Amino acid sequence: MMRLPRFRYFAPRALDEAARILAGEGPEAALVAGGTDLFPNMKRRQQTPTRVIGLRGVSGIRGVRAAERGLAIGAMTSLTDLERSAEVRAAWPALSRAASLISTPPLRNMGTLGGNLCLDTRCNYWDQNYEWRKGIDFCLKKDGQVCWVAPGSPRCWAVASSDTAPVLCAIGAEITLVSKNGTRVQKVEQLFHDDGIAYLTKRPDEILTEIRLPDPTGWRASYWKLRRRGSFDFPVLGVAAAARLDESGVVKEARIFLTGVGSRPHAADAAAEKLVGHPIDDARAIAEAVDAAARLAKPLDNTDFMLGWRKEMARHYLAGALSELARAQL
Amino acid sequence: MAEKRNVIGKPLRRVDGRAKVTGQTRFADDLAMPGMLFMKLLRSTVPHARILGIDAARAEALPGVKRVLTGADFPIPFGILPVSQDEHALCTDRVRFVGDPVAAVIAVDELTAFEALDLIDVRYQPLTTIADPDDALTISEPRLHDYGDEGNVHKKVALDFGDVDQALASADEVFEDVFFFQGNTHLPIEQHATLAYLDPDGKLVVASSTQTPHYLHRSLSKVLSLPAQHVRVIATPNGGGFGGKSDPFNHEIVCAKAALLTGKPVKIALTREEVFYCHRGRHPVLMKIRTGVQKTEQGFKITGQELQTLLDGGAYGSYGVASTFYTGALQTVTYQIPRYRFRGCRVFTCKPPCGPKRGHGTPQPRFGLEVQIDKICHKLGVDPAAWRIANAVPPESLTANWLKVNSTGLIQCIEAVVRGSGWNERYRKLPEGRGLGLACSSYLCGAGLPIYWNELPHSGVQLQLDRSGRVAAFCGATEIGQGSDNVLVACIAEVLGIDPFDIRCVTGDTDLTPVDLGSYSSRVTLMMGNAAIEAAERARALLADAVARKLELPKARLVFAERRVFDGENPDVGVSFAEAVRLAEAIHGTLGTTGSYRPPKSPGDYKGAGVGPSPAYSFSAAVVEVEVDPKTGWLKVPKIWVAHDLGRAINPVLARGQVEGSVYMGLGEALMEEQEYRRLPPKLSGANVHKFPSLLEYKSPGTLDMPEIETYLIEEPDSNGPFGAKEVGQGPLLPIMPAVANAVFDAVGVRVDEVPVTPEKIAKALGAKSRRFGPAKFPEIAWPEPLEVPPPWEGGDGRAKNERPRKRDRVKGAVIAPPVEELRQSGAPEREPAVPALKKEGRPS
Ligand SMILES: Cc1cc2nc3c(=O)[nH]c(=O)nc-3n(C[C@H](O)[C@H](O)[C@H](O)COP(=O)(O)OP(=O)(O)OC[C@H]3O[C@@H](n4cnc5c(N)ncnc54)[C@H](O)[C@@H]3O)c2cc1C
Ligand code: SF4
Repeated sequence: MMRLPRFRYFAPRALDEAARILAGEGPEAALVAGGTDLFPNMKRRQQTPTRVIGLRGVSGIRGVRAAERGLAIGAMTSLTDLERSAEVRAAWPALSRAASLISTPPLRNMGTLGGNLCLDTRCNYWDQNYEWRKGIDFCLKKDGQVCWVAPGSPRCWAVASSDTAPVLCAIGAEITLVSKNGTRVQKVEQLFHDDGIAYLTKRPDEILTEIRLPDPTGWRASYWKLRRRGSFDFPVLGVAAAARLDESGVVKEARIFLTGVGSRPHAADAAAEKLVGHPIDDARAIAEAVDAAARLAKPLDNTDFMLGWRKEMARHYLAGALSELARAQL
Repeated sequence: MAEKRNVIGKPLRRVDGRAKVTGQTRFADDLAMPGMLFMKLLRSTVPHARILGIDAARAEALPGVKRVLTGADFPIPFGILPVSQDEHALCTDRVRFVGDPVAAVIAVDELTAFEALDLIDVRYQPLTTIADPDDALTISEPRLHDYGDEGNVHKKVALDFGDVDQALASADEVFEDVFFFQGNTHLPIEQHATLAYLDPDGKLVVASSTQTPHYLHRSLSKVLSLPAQHVRVIATPNGGGFGGKSDPFNHEIVCAKAALLTGKPVKIALTREEVFYCHRGRHPVLMKIRTGVQKTEQGFKITGQELQTLLDGGAYGSYGVASTFYTGALQTVTYQIPRYRFRGCRVFTCKPPCGPKRGHGTPQPRFGLEVQIDKICHKLGVDPAAWRIANAVPPESLTANWLKVNSTGLIQCIEAVVRGSGWNERYRKLPEGRGLGLACSSYLCGAGLPIYWNELPHSGVQLQLDRSGRVAAFCGATEIGQGSDNVLVACIAEVLGIDPFDIRCVTGDTDLTPVDLGSYSSRVTLMMGNAAIEAAERARALLADAVARKLELPKARLVFAERRVFDGENPDVGVSFAEAVRLAEAIHGTLGTTGSYRPPKSPGDYKGAGVGPSPAYSFSAAVVEVEVDPKTGWLKVPKIWVAHDLGRAINPVLARGQVEGSVYMGLGEALMEEQEYRRLPPKLSGANVHKFPSLLEYKSPGTLDMPEIETYLIEEPDSNGPFGAKEVGQGPLLPIMPAVANAVFDAVGVRVDEVPVTPEKIAKALGAKSRRFGPAKFPEIAWPEPLEVPPPWEGGDGRAKNERPRKRDRVKGAVIAPPVEELRQSGAPEREPAVPALKKEGRPS
């Protein structure tokens, strides 16, 4: 059996206490929410924090509540609760759907929305246990010198794999980050950085406490996920699209995000632009948007499926997600 | 067929069911003992190298570490086959794949042992990596082993049954195809685990998740130089085996040695990654099939067939020699092939060793055969179901390679799935993107020969009858989840007229139970079942004798049923079963009987004839329905119909479970499973690693990915089977992969001549001019001079014309197969396909 390394565990009850411990323990510390990402990674020695701060006992950061103009979701809300929340389903069914497509029922019971946003990037040279990685002399992401996916490259290309992140980006959600020194609010989109190693812009001493969903009036959104097994695989490609329509069905504003094809959810702004000013079911506009967005999908050979096919599939999934916007009834 | 039975054929609760569903079954990793130590293996991180030195000083100095072992502690080699004793429990001077075990740490806990691994310094001198069969065929030095046929070729086989060149030359048309079947692994949910300890007498006890306690027993005794009678192997219930626990394993031997050296109980539980390194899974096989056909009014007949296979064996021999023969042996058992040529070649490569996985060597060429038949039928405009029915091998016949087919329900199987799937109405008539595919197969009910040469029984059962009415049954067979304990008690309960629940069943323990060779090659039901019946009938005779005396009745009138022994003509007159035991014990003394089983001798007698013969063959047919997106190649399987001729269902619920489990496993192979390897850019790294040894990324379908399955149990009793029963554990897997490929063709008109059949490959085929995805060619291999064995209908006697005489009839007193003359005449008779009585099995509610 694979064993966890030794670590010291903290179980704060309040947010300020958690923030204080986190700041005090420094870079040796990690937060844990549901642990469905962190603990397997620790068993594989991808992460080896000597201090682990559990958020499960912290009050006030769990559950869905109505906020001014939208919904506020505590970072510790489980994916199951997120998926089943009537408010979320009513406001942003695409988010509920994205949550329902994550992993398996037991993992969704444990896994949280906050953890899902902070999920480590993935790569099949990386998501291996310690001995295996030793067999390839490790890689740039940790303990090694070379990125085996792109050996000439100075950076890590591990893949953003969260299913909720692209949807939250597309609908323009915001997050609250709390540290010992204060609180800041930013767009979900700004949380991510295009680098497989430093994939979050969040400072290590910050705790993600809340996700704020905007008022859905006039908006519709969709999410399409490609993976081999519908029962529990990570996304190899995720396409999230959101559009605001006027009464006549003409697109006023649109956002498209792709995940699984880079180290962060990629904004396909040029593609989204093609939809604006056209009826949502305008086939030509959709085709142009697909062309523009597909250019962004430059998958590397570090996930499941053959490379060329994945690139080809981006077109089909974009077309699927955009056409679904036209069909979606709010 | 409908003799009245009280236990056989009844859907009774399985004897180990309660323990399993309440979590009380103790698997190997559930075992714990006071003072137990834990072991971890340091495995090679390089694909091929000489070991220059191992420095374990830092590891030994780590607090909590008790001992470090290396190859120097294991000078004696082992291996499952006597011809390939090529493994060392820890590598002595050379490592041959990433994952080969180099050292072992024994410590107070698992974490300490793990941390100590990183403190062992191994100095390696890299050697050329033999990555794949191309390398193995072209790089003869360095050799991975200094035995085998030449260079890195482990084994070559060349057999000719009749003049195939002539058969192909005289054919109206010759079809030639090259196929590839990717390797895959067993993926048992239970990872291998072993606990070894010394009993109070100082004798070694090894409790392990093994399918073959008897072979492990022999290997332990050999490698540890201990008298076998001082070694006890207990096969714990296996949480799945599928062939992946049927070799003696290095971790078992090292764990035993650690217990001997420390005097403490020592346990090892492998990680999932290590299970991928144990492997012994499906060989990747490249194959070429050439089939000559002669057109007839109804369609066509096969005039002859040539099959060449190339097996990527991995780093060690394992069962590989047998696997090589198996890629050729069973091709002839389903359809009439009057002349047959087989060429097989297994090579060594720097990867975990391949071996027997459910279907052992047969699924790969079966895939090729069934897809090729589909292609021929399509080209010649013949219905693939009708052709198979018309060309099925008849019962009581011999094949070109001298296999004796006893019973066969193949035609009934085909008819069942044809009817169930609406084949005649739907095949080739579904809209674009939807399709049906059919395939068939056959499998052994136990290998005719044991792994090592001996004349002893393959299975033994001992009964002990207590005056309370309790019967204890002892047998070396191993419960790996397939329900073998159930078969054992069912056969005995039926004969003695008691409830299966009255029987205490003790299995898989070399100190307590008579030898059974193990749970492999689908042998247990047939062999153990026959031994159990013999033991039970002997016990019944003792009881009948005593009861007949007491009741003053002729023995023949006694009936054993409902826990009583009574007068069949006057059921009120009788005694309880317990009373019968008491009466018999009074006369005969303490009651115990034995039964044993040895398979009939096979008619073939050429070198290699030992692989393929079986007392009986099971048959299966499957129709798979697919939905394919013609734009993306996305593939979905909504429904499967499968029929399996199992002779007689000892327990229909368990039998259905085996069929559905086979379909499930087969579908995984068909759609996604791949034991794949990855090399890094050679300038930067010599790595050659398993691409993804994890349960998440080695793709295998989960329960939620499974389609609906319609199962038909066909009961065509076999005279060699216990109550007519044949195997059901492996056969139903075989038709699934080719049926999927054939269905894809029906859906979108492209051929994927490769397993797995993935959306990417379908998409490539859809975009290709040839409308095909698959390997282009089979390499040139210098085959040895073939053994020429005339088929039965060409005047042969089962021997090769060009082979020196071999020792015959070494098995004294074995049941000899029917005279060759008699069988030869029934070689290719005409047969009207009969309309069978169908027994349709619904799903459990
Ligand atoms: C078999 C398997 C399949 C999976 N499939 C999917 C899938 O299909 N799609 C998908 O998106 N994910 C998948 N996951 C990943 C994971 O289960 C989910 O992403 C889950 O939501 C992670 O949440 P968690 O609470 O368990 O995170 P944790 O493991 O607790 O934390 C993950 C990371 O986030 C940090 N973190 C957690 N909470 C906070 C916080 N409040 N503030 C700051 N940092 C925080 C942690 O320090 C850690 O680095 C899968 C995992 C497994 C094991
Ligand atoms: S992308 Fe490169 S550096 Fe990053 S995890 Fe994969 S191999 Fe390592």
